Amino acid sequence: MTNEDLKIKLSELLPAVTFEEGGQWLNVNIESTDWLPFAKQLRNSPALNFDYLFCLTCVDWKTHLTMVYHLESTTYRHTIVVKSKLDRNKPEIETVSLIWRTADFHEREVYELFGVKFLNHPDLRLLILPDGWEGKNPLRKDFEDPVNMIKL
Amino acid sequence: MDVKPDIQNNPFPGEVHPSPTGGVLVTAIDDVINWARSNSLWQLVFGTSCCAIEMMSTASAKYDWSRFGFEVARATPRQADVIIIAGTIVNKMAPVLKRLYDQMADPKYVIAMGACATSGGPFFYNTYSVVKGADHVIPVDVYIAGCPPRPEALLHSLICLQKKIRAGLTREQIRMEKPEQSF
Repeated sequence: MTNEDLKIKLSELLPAVTFEEGGQWLNVNIESTDWLPFAKQLRNSPALNFDYLFCLTCVDWKTHLTMVYHLESTTYRHTIVVKSKLDRNKPEIETVSLIWRTADFHEREVYELFGVKFLNHPDLRLLILPDGWEGKNPLRKDFEDPVNMIKL
Repeated sequence: MDVKPDIQNNPFPGEVHPSPTGGVLVTAIDDVINWARSNSLWQLVFGTSCCAIEMMSTASAKYDWSRFGFEVARATPRQADVIIIAGTIVNKMAPVLKRLYDQMADPKYVIAMGACATSGGPFFYNTYSVVKGADHVIPVDVYIAGCPPRPEALLHSLICLQKKIRAGLTREQIRMEKPEQSF
């Protein structure tokens, strides 16, 4: 499916979406509350069939956080990037680990590095950071660690 | 690569006096031991990031460090003589590195390969997880600059280490000579 066809199809699924083009892939901006039903439709719609979540990450823009999901269909070979703004003080979004199994560990990584709370995640705990790092989010731009960090 | 000057600079440490029935060898046993040890250094399989790719390249056919006596890489610290710290050491890895070093049999030598192992390198500033130089964890004999260093640089450092061993000047040798001066 081309980007134009994807835009039409995605607008049908969720009228509130906005699109950004100019990068390698089509960017789809959504509200975080729309994410779980929208993700289910992306995965289960026969025409879209996004069966491969190949990147799940987060960006700290200082004013807000942005969740970024890269999705691809292994049958149709089309790719989209879904982005959703989160409140920096109370970042919460529904987990998609029940739709794409790979999201389980990726969400745990985002949880420990950015402090995003994934609602209904089956096992939301630290992935790589040692014990005792709960609540400290090293990839936040305002993160301070006077013991280990040398500030430039 | 021309290796002849190095061989010429490092002949067997001793004098051989031939006689009709054989010969007499005059030397110091320490020198012979150091000479022997320097020519058979087995390194530990230890790579924590991209420097390990250059290290593997140095081990493989094109550069082939076996030519200089670094015959095989060993996957266990019990059989290794030298540990090449090829990559970034993070806080979580530091106790593992220390344990591996402690498990190696004496005499043991350490090479810090690349910027990360030397000083933390690109991760010196503004990072919460990287050890700023592997010498905070274990004593290092030879440092190599580069990010990552080329295989020639690694070979050079290995040859430097051999010279250091022959001269009896590695950290381990100094420590064994003067146990009261801990490093």
